[in-house]
Amino acid sequence: MPGNDVVISIKDMVKEFPTASGTPARVLDGVTLDVQRGETLVIMGGSGCGKSTMLNCLIGEYEISQGRILYQTKEMDKPGDIAQMSEVKLNQVRKRIGILFQSGALFNSMTVAENVALPLQEHSEVDDAVIDVVVTMKLQQVKMLPHRDKMPAQLSGGQKKRAGLARATALDPEILFYDEPSAGLDPVTSAAIDELMMDLSKKLNVTSVVVTHEMDSAFRIADRMVMLEKGRVLSIGPRSQFESIRDAAPESLKTVDERLINQFLNGSSEGPLTDAEGMSEFEKLIGVQ
Amino acid sequence: MSDSPAPRGEGRAGLHSAVELIGRTAARRWGDVHEQVSYIGALAILVKLTLIWCWRGLLGSQVRFRWNALLDQLVRVGVRAIPIVVLVEVFIGIILALQMAPTLASYGQLEKVADIIAIAIVRELGPLLTAIVLSGFAGASIAAEMGSMVESEEVKALRAHALNPYHFLVVPRFLATVIALVGLSVVADVVGVFGGLLTSVLVLDVSFWGYIDATQAALSLQDYLTGLFKAGVFGVLISMIACHEGLSVRGGAEGVGRATTSTVVKCIVALIGTDAVFTAMFYVWGI
Repeated sequence: MPGNDVVISIKDMVKEFPTASGTPARVLDGVTLDVQRGETLVIMGGSGCGKSTMLNCLIGEYEISQGRILYQTKEMDKPGDIAQMSEVKLNQVRKRIGILFQSGALFNSMTVAENVALPLQEHSEVDDAVIDVVVTMKLQQVKMLPHRDKMPAQLSGGQKKRAGLARATALDPEILFYDEPSAGLDPVTSAAIDELMMDLSKKLNVTSVVVTHEMDSAFRIADRMVMLEKGRVLSIGPRSQFESIRDAAPESLKTVDERLINQFLNGSSEGPLTDAEGMSEFEKLIGVQ
Repeated sequence: MSDSPAPRGEGRAGLHSAVELIGRTAARRWGDVHEQVSYIGALAILVKLTLIWCWRGLLGSQVRFRWNALLDQLVRVGVRAIPIVVLVEVFIGIILALQMAPTLASYGQLEKVADIIAIAIVRELGPLLTAIVLSGFAGASIAAEMGSMVESEEVKALRAHALNPYHFLVVPRFLATVIALVGLSVVADVVGVFGGLLTSVLVLDVSFWGYIDATQAALSLQDYLTGLFKAGVFGVLISMIACHEGLSVRGGAEGVGRATTSTVVKCIVALIGTDAVFTAMFYVWGI
């Protein structure tokens, strides 16, 4: 169950990208939210709403333009802002987080076992025999032990994600980020990955932040959900709140935001997200003719 | 500019457009210059970061130097290139001997063919042609490999695991290319001279020992070292251009293709340009 302490606190996060025209494109426009320790937070939103950018900012891949991202890992005395951190400090935080990339992002020149062993070899002092035991354990956890000596090119999409998950959990992280864990997978494999994620978050007691637009998966795993729209937090709340919006009839919802969330969750083509011509807000924003 | 035509001002409008054209062209050229300067700047930064990580890896205590990765790259860049370098340099030795022979024979100086081949190969063609072979052989493959790693989020994954891409990817490739190019240049020198020897003895009727003696007399340690020094610099150029192109890949498979092509083109231009500068410097300093 989610505790009361905050692991990541995002305050007024703005991310702008330079454009050829000179006026920067604002992809994240003042995002503020807290991630509680032990919870699974799902970040949802349509294509181009800024959720991938948000993930990249959270893992320190992009520098944010304004605002703060405060991390409070167990070894930190007080929350630290990763936007202000030196590379060395940022790497200390990075060692406490694990990321499952969309494609798995395994190192193609290494076997599955070597992929999982790499973070351990580089960031821990233990000898090779111990590393081998840990690798076996981590691969067992994701049911990838039979494939330990295969190269990433020999794996299927689902296997790559499982191997990626084993690598992400190698250093026993406090926080796990998932970038579209179900993308490109069949429904059964996708459900298996969801099971695995829930299993891991229970066993390892990690905080999970999941970026997805697969609604089935989102409702399976989430404790709380965030809906992003045009770089802003449209709504944040427990899963039940979103379930009731999803199941309500669109006419019965009072605000435009709720109707918009309802349309997104149900995947219907009519509603406030699309105008009379069937064009989404994003398409209007980028000026699709 | 007004939209309505102004008949009396036609000459002035022509002048305007001429000035505008000059301005635009100048601006475009300035943009090109700016681009070139920033490219060289970016390369310089990459060299600096690579040297810092070499230092940290080899002499610092905090990061472990990845000897295995260096060895892998040495095999890939160096060992596998040996056959093609041998082939190219033997041919160059043969070509030089045959090209020089008629002119030298007309002066009655056919035995000087050994001197010319020795100097040309050891000071110039050994390192330069090896470098050109290696920019296609290793440079292109480094750029393509690194580009694919960027595209498949592997580089991002390295950073996310608090692992530095310069330490992991660039340093082993940089050191391997420099070491391999110096080593391959030694091979190139030997087989190039051997190619010349073969032709001179078999085709031009120069005596075997006469050729060896002439080569020994013609070459000094300085000739040999200037050649190897250039080879080292060429190694830096190839690895840095390839890594830079690879790491800046954008736009999927097409981007990787572009990076590969531009690596080879930029390498060859940079190699020959740098060679000209060094040769001029050595000439002026008399070494």
